[in-house]
Amino acid sequence: MQNDLNFYRFSLNCPLPELDMDTIVLGHGSGGLLTNQLLDKGVFDLFKNADLQQRHDGVLLPTNGQVAFTTDSFVVSPIFFPGGNIGDLAVNGTVNDLAMCGARPKYLSLAFILEEGLAMKDFWEILLTIRNAAEKAGVQIVTGDTKVVDRGKGDKIFINTTGIGERIDGADIDHRRITPGDKIIVSHGIAHHGMAIMLEREGLKFEAPIQSDSRPVHVPVQRLLEELGGQVKLLRDPTRGGVATVLNEIASQCSLGVDLVEKSIPVDPVVASACEVLGLDPLYVANEGVFIAVVEDGAESRALGILRSFEECRQAEVIGMFTEDHPRKVLMSSGIGGRRVVNMLAGEQLPRIC
Amino acid sequence: MKHLEEYRDAELSKILIEKIKATVTQPWAIMEICGGQTHSLVRNGILGLLPKEIQMVHGPGCPVCVTPQHMIDRAIELAQTPGVILASFGDMLRVPGNEGSLLKAKANGGDVRVVYSPLEAVEIAKREPQREVVFFAVGFETTAPANALAILQADSLGLKNFSLLASHVLVPPAMEAILGAGDNIIQGFLAAGHVCTVMGTEEYHAVAERFQVPVVITGFEPVDLLRGILKLMEMLESDDHSVQNAYARVVRLDGNPQARKNLSSVFEVIDKDWRGIGQIPGSGLGIRQEFAKYDAIQKFQLRFDEEIHHNGCRAGEVLRGALKPDQCPFFGKQCTPLNPRGAPMVSSEGACSAYYHYQIEPSHAE
Repeated sequence: MQNDLNFYRFSLNCPLPELDMDTIVLGHGSGGLLTNQLLDKGVFDLFKNADLQQRHDGVLLPTNGQVAFTTDSFVVSPIFFPGGNIGDLAVNGTVNDLAMCGARPKYLSLAFILEEGLAMKDFWEILLTIRNAAEKAGVQIVTGDTKVVDRGKGDKIFINTTGIGERIDGADIDHRRITPGDKIIVSHGIAHHGMAIMLEREGLKFEAPIQSDSRPVHVPVQRLLEELGGQVKLLRDPTRGGVATVLNEIASQCSLGVDLVEKSIPVDPVVASACEVLGLDPLYVANEGVFIAVVEDGAESRALGILRSFEECRQAEVIGMFTEDHPRKVLMSSGIGGRRVVNMLAGEQLPRIC
Repeated sequence: MKHLEEYRDAELSKILIEKIKATVTQPWAIMEICGGQTHSLVRNGILGLLPKEIQMVHGPGCPVCVTPQHMIDRAIELAQTPGVILASFGDMLRVPGNEGSLLKAKANGGDVRVVYSPLEAVEIAKREPQREVVFFAVGFETTAPANALAILQADSLGLKNFSLLASHVLVPPAMEAILGAGDNIIQGFLAAGHVCTVMGTEEYHAVAERFQVPVVITGFEPVDLLRGILKLMEMLESDDHSVQNAYARVVRLDGNPQARKNLSSVFEVIDKDWRGIGQIPGSGLGIRQEFAKYDAIQKFQLRFDEEIHHNGCRAGEVLRGALKPDQCPFFGKQCTPLNPRGAPMVSSEGACSAYYHYQIEPSHAE
């Protein structure tokens, strides 16, 4: 990810286009000349495809069968952080939300709210990252919008992406199918994104830099669904509120309890140290490239085998299971053999994380 | 992290728990002073692993919890004063004052900045010379040296726009107040390792001697806590009322002399109000007169004379160990982390928050 980013940062293939302004001004959102210049020389050229080229208010799309439909807004601060920026976050976030529905991501909309004064080179870098991320995820950006607000009325750039995906054959993602004994798998080491943002904001340095895990996970998800079909009962990405919050949501939705084993939860040593220093619990820290899969009891070994064959899921682990005991509660056995409740996050551990 | 893993070792913990069980022959009520220890006990499920003879009573060592309500009100007032930046540790933000909290003040347009160190607040003052920066300095002997350092640094930089709203408290006088109360049940203490890291162990001998209670300086990881509890049980069972250090990997007998020097150059001992407990003589630190220009109370002529509105919160009893958090009628119902009645429900060191977040079984009524 970082290498790709550096490639674009220094790329001569996509230099900043010749625009009359070196910062975003209100006129770029007016719908008039400046908007058209920005679109013609920038956006349309970058995201070339037949649908976008029509330059209409919307688009007609061919789809097969059931579609998944999702939307998300991105307000992360800072907009550039180790391992990514708000642009790839906006693509990956929505791509992953589609994947969590058991769908193959196909199309995205892309809407910007820009603050007057945003450096044009920053906007351009974000656009390039978006193109790169969309290519990597195999999605087309088919419609979009750009608005500009006065300086002080926004914070550099906000992005909304809406996504459409096609349901993968055999996928049956439904929390109502979860039964006691079903296993909970986390796809990779947790808490990278939240800690990367936190350390960047606080200007803290650790022995090794912590990078955001912003990345698409639809490929391993698709493979998992193709191989295991209905044995995969639920998929969720633990973004804001982290793993603890998502598991609490699932436990209350299906009125079952969750038993977690603290020792089995993959946390990178550097991330664990950073959490320790800042007094944060990695279970509550946001992720952007990790998912939780609930699989039928007995299917967990196959699921782990499939997931671990992907670089982005090589640390996949079974971290717990569903139980009839203590309904709607998540309990965890601690490293020393005691037990405790894992509650939902109260308030904000860290605002504006995505 | 390697140096921490060995203090979270499951096998070692099991051995220590067995040893504790083998040592205890009768019921004992002991108090862990520090809220960090309370959280570790509950979070690691240690309370459920100890023999039933041992009653752990949770102490007042949560600086956020004992910060008087009127200090919070003044902080809120400062945060809403035009031209003022109020810098604070994140823990203080949701603590309820008479009306509202710093978080609400922030939502209403007050400039509240969350920092991880008082020196960050000094940096803000340096960067924004046209604004007044007030750091809300709460805490025990542990945080006082860093806050003293902030004043010394601001002084050496010649900053005129930096001050502390100081509400510092001291551990030994609080222990004496607890032991001296008529309804005291505490028979031994796990003293707070971090406080002793700064202050050393000297001050505890007088407390142990006067009240005939053993004191064990104890750390925060599961193995540290279990070692401290085992030591304290051995002492109680053999009628030993001395001070022992079960956290020698961190605590030296004379503490950290440089930190103590900074502390005493900027602060002096004063009488202090504790939220929910009341005034304890000689239990706080105030800014010395020679640094008065860095004292927000004097700089902004803050007054503390309004009537405190009581909402029925029983934090005082919890902080003295007289009430278990989940025995409070408001616990988890009219008092939650999102809608707290008192500070122990929102502080990361508060006993109520530890019970709310981690506790599985309700406490038995005593």
